Amino acid sequence: MTWVGNNLSLMASLFLAHVMLALPAVALSVAVAIPLGWLAHRSPTIRGPLLQVVGLLYAIPSLALFLIVPSLFGLEMRGSANIIVVLAIYGVAILVRTVTDAFDSVPADVLQAADACGYSLWRRFWSVDLPLSLPVTMAGVRVVVVSTISLVTVGSVIGVRSLGTLFTDGFQRGIVAEVVAGLVLTVLLALAMDGLCVLAGHMLTPWTKSSRLPRRVGFIGRSRGALPATPVTTNEEGSVP
Amino acid sequence: MIEFENVNKTYDDGTEAVRDFSLRAESRETTVLVGTSGSGKTTVLRMVNRMVEPTAGRVLWDGRDVATMDAVRLRRSIGYVLQEGGLFPHWTVLRNIATVPLLENTPKDEAMRRAAELLTLVGLDASLGERYPSQLSGGQRQRVGVARALANNPLVLLMDEPFGALDPLVRRDLQREVVRIREALGTTIIMVTHDMHEALMLGHKVVVMATGGRIVQEGSPEQILSSPADDFVAGLLDASGMMAFVNGDRA
Repeated sequence: MTWVGNNLSLMASLFLAHVMLALPAVALSVAVAIPLGWLAHRSPTIRGPLLQVVGLLYAIPSLALFLIVPSLFGLEMRGSANIIVVLAIYGVAILVRTVTDAFDSVPADVLQAADACGYSLWRRFWSVDLPLSLPVTMAGVRVVVVSTISLVTVGSVIGVRSLGTLFTDGFQRGIVAEVVAGLVLTVLLALAMDGLCVLAGHMLTPWTKSSRLPRRVGFIGRSRGALPATPVTTNEEGSVP
Repeated sequence: MIEFENVNKTYDDGTEAVRDFSLRAESRETTVLVGTSGSGKTTVLRMVNRMVEPTAGRVLWDGRDVATMDAVRLRRSIGYVLQEGGLFPHWTVLRNIATVPLLENTPKDEAMRRAAELLTLVGLDASLGERYPSQLSGGQRQRVGVARALANNPLVLLMDEPFGALDPLVRRDLQREVVRIREALGTTIIMVTHDMHEALMLGHKVVVMATGGRIVQEGSPEQILSSPADDFVAGLLDASGMMAFVNGDRA
C-alpha cells in the first residue's frame, strides 16, 4: 500500500485522463444514437436492418476497432480521439435500440395532441418526443456510462493513458497494489458517474417523480371529507386513465 | 361554416372509412356526429384540421378549401379536444394551456397570464396551475384539455369523444360548461360522440352516422326525437335511455 501513498498525483492525473476519454465518448454516443433511434422509430423499413447492423457493432473486438478506426477516420492510433470514437461506437451499439424503444414509448395520443396543436415535426421532436423519451433513454445512458468507463481501460494496451495504465504498468512491474488501485478507482468512477446520471435523470424529468406523491396527497385530502379511506378507493383513483 | 363536399377516405390497405360524405356545420352552432365505432366520425372530424386528408372531395371553411391552407397554421387556429385531454405529461397545467400561444410566439408571461384566465374559465382552481397532468383527476384533465383548445381564441372547436372516459356526474358538469363557453365565445363546435344523450343535449344539429360515414339521419334534436329515421337511430336512442322521450313524450 506504500505504492498508493507514493503515487497519489499519478493516480489523480490518470483518473482525470480517464474521465476526459469517457465523457466525450458517452456524449458522442448519445448524439449519434438519438437521431438513429428516431429514424428507426419513424421508419419501419429502416428499423429492422439498422438495429441489426448497429447491434452487430458490439461483436467487433475492441482491439481490432482500435486498429481499424484510425485508418477509417484518419486519426492517430495512440490519440484520445481514436479511443473516443471506438468507445462511442460501442455506446451507439448499446443505445440505439433503447432510444428506439424510448421514442416508441411516447403515448400516441400525446403526439396526436401535439399535431393538433400545430407543432411542426421538427418542433414537436424537441418539445414533445425528445423530453418524453428521456425516462427510457436515461436507463440506456446509464448502461453506456458504466460500460464506457470500464472499456476506457483497454486503451492502455495501445498506450493511451487512463486508469487502465495502472493495470498494464502494475502487471509488467509486478505491483499488485497498482493493479488493485486501478480497479478500485475505475469502479468508483463508474459508481459516481452512474449516480450523476440518476441525478440528471431526475432533474430532466421532474414530471415523473412528482406524479405519485401529490396524487396520493390529493386523495388523502379529499378522503377527509365524506369518502372512507379504503385501499379499494385508492386503486380506483389510481386507475383513472 | 364548415362544409364537407362528397368526402371520401380510403386507407392504403383499401379500407374505406368514409364514402361520399357531405355535411354543413353552421357557424356558432354545435354539430354533433354520433354513431357506433367504425362509422368514420373521428375520421371526418380530423379532416377539418387536416390530421386526415380526404382521398376525394373537399372540406371548406367559410368557403375556403382547407387543403390549400398550411396544415400547421390551420391547426393552430382550430381548437382540438381529445378524449382524456391528451395533455402533455411533462408540462404543468398552465404550460399545457399556453401551448398554442407559445407556438405562435406570444411572450411567455402574457401566454401564462392568459392560461391562468382560461383555467378559471373552465372552472378549475388557480392552485392547480402548477400541477402536472398526472396529478389531476380525469375530469380536471379534460377541463384543461378544453382550456388548451380555447387558448388561441379559435373560431372552430373540434371535440373527439371529449367526455367519453368520465363518470356521469363529471360528464354532465363538463357538458354544461361547453354550452356556457360556446354561448360566451360564439365558437363553432363539431363534436364526435357515441352517446346519443350527449348528442341531443349539446347539438343544434345532430348527425347520426353508420358504417362508412353514411349519414342515417341529420336534424335538430327535436327532429331526431320526434321521428327517428329507422331502427338504427331508434336503437341508439334506446341504448342511451332516450326512447321514453320519443314521439313528443318529452314534456
